[in-house]
Amino acid sequence: MHSEYIFMSATQSLYEQIGGEAAVNAAVDVFYRKVLADDRISRFFDDVDMDRQIAKQKGFLTMAFGGPVAYTGKDMRTGHARLVAMGLNDSHFDAVVELLGRSLAELNVPANLIAQVAAIAESTRADVLNR
Amino acid sequence: MPAISFEGRSYPVAAEQSALDALLAGGVEAAHSCKAGTCGSCMMRAVEGALPEKAQAGLKASWKAQGYFLPCVCLPDADLSVAKVGSDARWGAAITALERLSSDVLGVRLTCDTVINFRAGQYITLLLGGVLARSYSIASLPGGLDIEIHVRRIAGGKMSGWLHDTAKVSDRVQIQGPSGDCFYLPGNPDQPLLLAGTGTGLAPLYGILLDALREGHKGPISLFHGAVDEGGLYLRDQLRDLAARYTNLEYTPCLLRETDGSMACGSIEQVVLRRLPKLTGWRAFVCGDPVIVNLLRKKIFLAGAASRDIYGDAFVPSALT
Repeated sequence: MHSEYIFMSATQSLYEQIGGEAAVNAAVDVFYRKVLADDRISRFFDDVDMDRQIAKQKGFLTMAFGGPVAYTGKDMRTGHARLVAMGLNDSHFDAVVELLGRSLAELNVPANLIAQVAAIAESTRADVLNR
Repeated sequence: MPAISFEGRSYPVAAEQSALDALLAGGVEAAHSCKAGTCGSCMMRAVEGALPEKAQAGLKASWKAQGYFLPCVCLPDADLSVAKVGSDARWGAAITALERLSSDVLGVRLTCDTVINFRAGQYITLLLGGVLARSYSIASLPGGLDIEIHVRRIAGGKMSGWLHDTAKVSDRVQIQGPSGDCFYLPGNPDQPLLLAGTGTGLAPLYGILLDALREGHKGPISLFHGAVDEGGLYLRDQLRDLAARYTNLEYTPCLLRETDGSMACGSIEQVVLRRLPKLTGWRAFVCGDPVIVNLLRKKIFLAGAASRDIYGDAFVPSALT
């Protein structure tokens, strides 16, 4: 697998500790509902096709949980270029990371795991913002 | 070693190899992206053979019911026959009834030459003379040869103009399909159902409603039909009769413009959310104008319905009229 965002643990992976695909499925609605309701960032996520948006958010969560998604830095750049042209910047990135953390806290994910998720998300910042 | 058959060829699947990789290795230009079962871009349909559970994990119930699966996370343990999503099959049919449902909506009954396997709420494409093709939602129940559709007259529309002005009983047409994932599935009979749509978005909702009632759905069913003015509402007597017969059914016609107060008024999403502000646990079906459908889906999701419980069918107008 070619990915720039693989984080391994000696024992159980972060993805396994959080709960794998079931955790992604549980988190996606909580997270996406927060995103859509947030005036700071909702316009970047207001795709006409909700099913497609949900699939994208699942991909994002799987990656942020350290799961098996093969996105490369180049994928990240092309995937977000349109949003950057719309004005996507650090403040919006921060808001997404904040909502991600609040969603996981709501789902009772332990703080040390949330910190690891935030770190993975953080590692994509330059690619997402096309810098 | 299991094999996958696709478009007339067979592709062997090695141990621990995904169906997608087997197809790619065999030279099939299969669409894909994440290869991890999340993005959905490689989705295909199993025509024959048993799918491993993992191949359908996380998919909507209506997709699973049609055999849709994700080849990238499908490690087949037996032979599979797969096809692209959607159906290209064509069937002959005759027009057997034409009924005016309102000033601009025509009910059309098509009697097919053979029984087509469909679900109420899916759509078919009507083909005329090999050049004209338009999609219409199915407003009737499966089980026989008949398919009923609702056709709104579109200004300058070729197919709707032909059906409204020229078509007569016994005229021949062709049908392609069915397609679409907006339909009722039995199971969870106590779940509350929200059906909301505008214009001829009522067609699939009416089919879904009949299906749910026939299946003995026990939970509350709330149907909202929106129109600009009274001329846009139709099937009102039939729906009122159904609501009188089934105590779990509530029918709310609503108008965009100010009325005399006898009817709900406002845009459909306002009317729906005024009546049902909290939708946690609901299953929702939304059909009709794409702008309204997408807005409704979002509002319903924000009101608490789970994304996988929201089924939508947006009517995209033909670019060719």
